[in-house]
Amino acid sequence: MSGPARLSIFAAPLLLAALVSAGAEIALNERRSAYDDMSRDNKAMQDDDTSNPGMLAVLDGEALWAAKAGASGKSCADCHGGAKASMKGVAARHPSFDASAGRPVNLEQRINTSRVQHQQASPFAYESKEMLALSAYVAMQSRGEPIAPPDDPRLKPFLDRGRAQFNQRQGQLNLSCGQCHDDNWGKSLAGNTVPQGHPTGYPIYRLEWQGLGSLQRRLRNCMIGMRAESYAYGAPEYVDMELYLMWRARGMKVETPAVRP
Amino acid sequence: MMGRAGLALAILSLATPGAAQESLRSYEVVGDAIPTSLTGQPGDPERGRAIVVRRESTCLLCHSGPFPEQRFQGDLSPSLKGTGSRWSEGELRLRLVDAARLNPATIMPSYYRVDGLTRVAQNYRGKPVLTAEQIEDVVAYLMTLKD
Ligand code: HEC
Ligand code: HEC
Repeated sequence: MSGPARLSIFAAPLLLAALVSAGAEIALNERRSAYDDMSRDNKAMQDDDTSNPGMLAVLDGEALWAAKAGASGKSCADCHGGAKASMKGVAARHPSFDASAGRPVNLEQRINTSRVQHQQASPFAYESKEMLALSAYVAMQSRGEPIAPPDDPRLKPFLDRGRAQFNQRQGQLNLSCGQCHDDNWGKSLAGNTVPQGHPTGYPIYRLEWQGLGSLQRRLRNCMIGMRAESYAYGAPEYVDMELYLMWRARGMKVETPAVRP
Repeated sequence: MMGRAGLALAILSLATPGAAQESLRSYEVVGDAIPTSLTGQPGDPERGRAIVVRRESTCLLCHSGPFPEQRFQGDLSPSLKGTGSRWSEGELRLRLVDAARLNPATIMPSYYRVDGLTRVAQNYRGKPVLTAEQIEDVVAYLMTLKD
């Protein structure tokens, strides 16, 4: 067989698939959380608050919610009251547009704005025990709520940027997020099931990490896997990606604190 | 047609004067193949197998194959079983060097290419995933996979 003839067999059907799949998002009714693909044991661990290791951080977060902090001498509860009512649905609609920042901010950034401006306290660092605890406690108040990205036209350019990043091939391995999470979910990447990559459970307790981690920690992990230059925690690029991931998962239920292998 | 690698080398040496990086060899693409060894030497199939199964090469993230000792293999792509009877040596070489040249949308990385990539992590920048010698070893190994 001649080279070019074989080339067309090799390339043509795939090219066609690629054109169709470029930017092809998963149909809304085909979306699934990585929870659905977990072992029975891991599901049980997530489902039962007495065995979910993420609940320890949630308890720490509850204490932080009530603790007075900073020059204001005020606690979160002093302004917001009980988190059960006041924080319900908040994580489900972040990132959201912040007028003074002129761009979307994620839940961690919103927490830090409150700490700095209202409590006159120092901001918590990303991935610090305190930030993970407080964001897990706040996000858990949305558990079971549908993810509901704000219908805010000011978010549009940032959402578009997040989507473009998701579909941009990057790193030495020249992969895009979408090539794994839109085009190859459900398949085995050296034994790991490729999830659709929904941000439903963050912060998550990851067994491999032996601890809690934020969504941005997860995104860094994927970028390192692609051998791409990752961003600093809190970078606008990450927040734009978070915004797109939340939009992509709109209507799916918040699982925080989720457990992942 | 000359491969892009030669041009990449020129750009690379302009951009990073004095940087001690392995320079990419230039190669010639004929049809859907690179008929000539990148090093001018035949590869070593035994070394090639070792390269395919080690984690840093990334092959088994996506592929499976006749590697009974490897617990973790992927299924994002065809099994490597029988590749040596499906393709000629030159065709395999191009598929390893720059699969995207044949199918721009492929998920298979280009193992011997440094140009046209975005946001490559600093420690990998300007370096191909595999060296020319490693490519030849892997090609030699894949050619032994007849069934
Ligand atoms: C080569 C495949 C691959 C690429 C490319 C990739 N990921 Fe992932 N991703 C995975 C796998 C596999 C997991 C599951 C965890 C694991 O095994 O490490 C995962 C997990 C995730 C999760 C967590 C889902 C959950 O249920 O908690 C998110 C979110 C995610 N990826 C987003 C992204 C984004 C955004 C990008 C691009 C910057 C990206 N991924 C690139 C393979 C990939
Ligand atoms: C991220 C996924 C991925 C990785 C990593 C990967 N491949 Fe591939 N490979 C593919 C896909 C998908 C195809 C199918 C053709 C295409 O899409 O271009 C393929 C095709 C091939 C083919 C042609 C197979 C055939 O019989 O049609 C060979 C040979 C091959 N790969 C070898 C390798 C080797 C060796 C490595 C590591 C050095 C490797 N691949 C790494 C995804 C991958």
